[in-house]
Amino acid sequence: MTTLLTGARVLGGEVRDLAIEGGALVDPATVDRDAAETVDASGLVALPGLVDLHTHLRQPGGEQAETVATGVRAAAAGGYTCVFAMANTSPVADTPAVVEQVHRLGLEAGLATVRPIGAVSVGLAGERLADLGMLAGSAARVTVFSDDGHCVADAELMRRALEHAAALDAVIAQHAQDPALTRGAVMHESPLAAELGLTGWPSAAEASIVARDAMLAEAAGARLHVCHVSTVETVEVVRQAKARGIAITAEVTPHHLLLTEELVRGYDGRFKVNPPLRADRDVQALREALADGTIDIVATDHAPHAPEAKQTAFADAAFGMVGLETALGVVQQSMVETGLLDWAGVARVMSTAPAAIGREPGYDAPLAIGSPAHVVLVDPGARAVVEASSLKGRSANSPFLGVELPGRVLHVWHGGRRTVADGEVVTGGAA
Amino acid sequence: MTSARTVLGPDEIARALTRIAHEILEANHGPDGLVLLGIPTRGAYLAQRLADRLAEITGDDFSGRVGALDVTMHRDDLRATPTRASHPTRIPAAGIDDRVVVLVDDVLYSGRTIRAALDALADLGRPRAVRLAVLVDRGHRELPIRADSVGKNLPSARSEHVSILLDEVDGRDAVTIEGGAA
Amino acid sequence: MKHLLTAAMPRDEAVALLDLAEDMHQIQDREVKKLPALRGRTVVNLFFEDSTRTRSSFEIAGKWLSADVINVSGKGSSVSKGESLRDTGLTIAAMGVDGVVVRSGSSGAPTQLADWIGRPVVNAGDGTHEHPTQALLDAFALRRRIHGGAVRGRGLDGVRIAIVGDIAHSRVARSNALLLPALGAEVTVVGPPSLLPVAAADGTRLGVRAETSLDRVIAERPDALMLLRVQLERQAGRVAPSAGEYITGWSLTDERLARLGDAHIMHPGPMNRGLELSSRAADSDASTILEQVTAGVSVRMAVLYSLLASDHPSAVDGGTR
Repeated sequence: MTTLLTGARVLGGEVRDLAIEGGALVDPATVDRDAAETVDASGLVALPGLVDLHTHLRQPGGEQAETVATGVRAAAAGGYTCVFAMANTSPVADTPAVVEQVHRLGLEAGLATVRPIGAVSVGLAGERLADLGMLAGSAARVTVFSDDGHCVADAELMRRALEHAAALDAVIAQHAQDPALTRGAVMHESPLAAELGLTGWPSAAEASIVARDAMLAEAAGARLHVCHVSTVETVEVVRQAKARGIAITAEVTPHHLLLTEELVRGYDGRFKVNPPLRADRDVQALREALADGTIDIVATDHAPHAPEAKQTAFADAAFGMVGLETALGVVQQSMVETGLLDWAGVARVMSTAPAAIGREPGYDAPLAIGSPAHVVLVDPGARAVVEASSLKGRSANSPFLGVELPGRVLHVWHGGRRTVADGEVVTGGAA
Repeated sequence: MTSARTVLGPDEIARALTRIAHEILEANHGPDGLVLLGIPTRGAYLAQRLADRLAEITGDDFSGRVGALDVTMHRDDLRATPTRASHPTRIPAAGIDDRVVVLVDDVLYSGRTIRAALDALADLGRPRAVRLAVLVDRGHRELPIRADSVGKNLPSARSEHVSILLDEVDGRDAVTIEGGAA
Repeated sequence: MKHLLTAAMPRDEAVALLDLAEDMHQIQDREVKKLPALRGRTVVNLFFEDSTRTRSSFEIAGKWLSADVINVSGKGSSVSKGESLRDTGLTIAAMGVDGVVVRSGSSGAPTQLADWIGRPVVNAGDGTHEHPTQALLDAFALRRRIHGGAVRGRGLDGVRIAIVGDIAHSRVARSNALLLPALGAEVTVVGPPSLLPVAAADGTRLGVRAETSLDRVIAERPDALMLLRVQLERQAGRVAPSAGEYITGWSLTDERLARLGDAHIMHPGPMNRGLELSSRAADSDASTILEQVTAGVSVRMAVLYSLLASDHPSAVDGGTR
């Protein structure tokens, strides 16, 4: 079967047709237009399927908040065709059995590729290295290792992890948070935290770890990826490390591109996240760093939580926000509509670059003929208020509830298979 | 809305207070044991004026026998009205036990303020007797309460608004009435 | 006023509350300490954190206003068995109570409860955030000291007050740093550098001037010195200085007392004699410490009356929401 997408603004630029056949993009000139299913893409922007290097799917162990199946539904609705599932599940993804289970659940769900991330340390305890080689060699072919949720604080453990990862062509994704500097911390350290009587989280607790890890990565000749950069200081450290030629990449979350600590004023647990929402100067620096390439990618840190984990005292509430379904809209608002990034840039930071860091094939030539048909059609002119009831994942702990965001993901193809049609996730069992 | 009509001027108010002072003395067979407690805000000023007159008439010193009794906390309409501000209560040092307490207020209307005042008084001590003096009685009683001395009986419609203006608060002395059916 | 969550409020509102507290204060001289204003109202003291003195003060305040006062302790309650803060609040609200007084170890818990339960909420101290009735009673006691008998309608204009101690973790300091300046006072917070909260761009901390030297502040001859309770054992050696270091730098010793002049000496209690201040300082005529305790009941009566007497509280929606 052939599908013809007519009149799309490809990567936001040239208006042309796209054709999908047998799971790949083919030359529209060669297809039988009468026999093809046609989707009118006029006015829509065509992007490559989005890749999220930082998703918490919660399964196994956290099924009340999310499962692989519900998580990929949210991913598809947000325009994602590939998600990297974080290792902080229960049990932790530190054995081949766990990563292979997650991998298999992803294949069964079918709506997007699920790439399990392996733990750096056994049980995320930060004490003993997990069997990185066995994870890499498993059926889940792990290429990204992270203790996310916890920092690999022990410098020697980090050094050894980087050395092992280098040999495996894998990357260590560090959750940069010095635990000694952030005991009991629940929000950004600032005059506002002082006013609210909440324990603050100094910016230096992030930047200092990134600086250390950059030195370690350089010495090990390894690739280092910095999760959720949140401060102007960290941006500066990453910039200097890149200038030194260190193989460092960095991500920013959508919420850190748009939201500030001011939202914590009402003590609503929805706005509690790790790293915390920062000040306006940080938001501005993060946008500029994403635009100039200092920060390589946008990653959602999609972190579903059941309501009871959030509807409690702020200090006791769980960290994290769901983000798969709002990421593209937030990036449109904070980066495209501000003129900092064009749609080709969006394709780079949300698809090509994260796929390259995660060594996921098929994303290196976005929307090129011959590539796998991972395609998203977005209506950039649509605007909608985010409602809990419209979210497709299991949890609704979004900081954007009640907020109007631009852009609507109308159609998604994952390897040629339609996963979203007219804004609705196409259900129909396994691919 | 009709404009306010003055029913008592400064001279008439002064004469009414003098008459009330005489009535109080007459009913009490002299000044012994009298304590005047005005209900804030305007009743408190009227009590002070009455005390001044009693001092003039009798030659006694009344400065330690006049005070103010706030009834806000004893009102029965606290729930139904916006939060009411309170006023200080000032009880003469000698107290009210076994005294003849004259409650003084500006207007007697439903009687509910006086009911609250009687309750407030009961928490402060046990007077020998309680009397009531008001500048204006406008009728429409909702409780079995009657004043012992009245400056002026002013039959009014419920829809009308009676205002007591006193020099100490309002810059002039007057009783006015306004509103009502056109 | 719908809730009392913070001491941040307009001057008019603060003065009105203090004046109302003055009227309430009169009841302390009476034989019958009872006013019927809150008859038929039920107030729950929901204390997730032990505090006998604050709870007793609220309990007396409610009872003197004729409210039914129920004490619910966090310890041993369903909260410690994992019930969420929200469910606890909703459960209590469902019992038909008219108002909730909350003490919690979690900053912001009263604010959250106020959003959830639709009943007036009084913050009786939340974590390291605020303790607004403490600030009101401090202002009440100090206003009486400064102005003597003629306090009504007046603030604390030009009064210079230094708050000394663990400012970073003190809800008393926070609430006072909001309320006292609103009343016209000039507030300085003083403490070890590691116990001062984060500074704003203009160098102020909690919106007021900050100092690290108590001796420098005493040399300025403040009108009042407020000494906070210090709990060095919690963080000694890491965040806080040792007791010896604290006494050397920030205790109101006899020697400093001699240099203090006739400044009023305040302390929210309970005191650590010899640590925050010397016994001579605590027992001197300048000490307002017992007056503060007495003021507590009057101020809390004023707060409960303002929030609970009327079904239609005034539309004032400022700092007190």
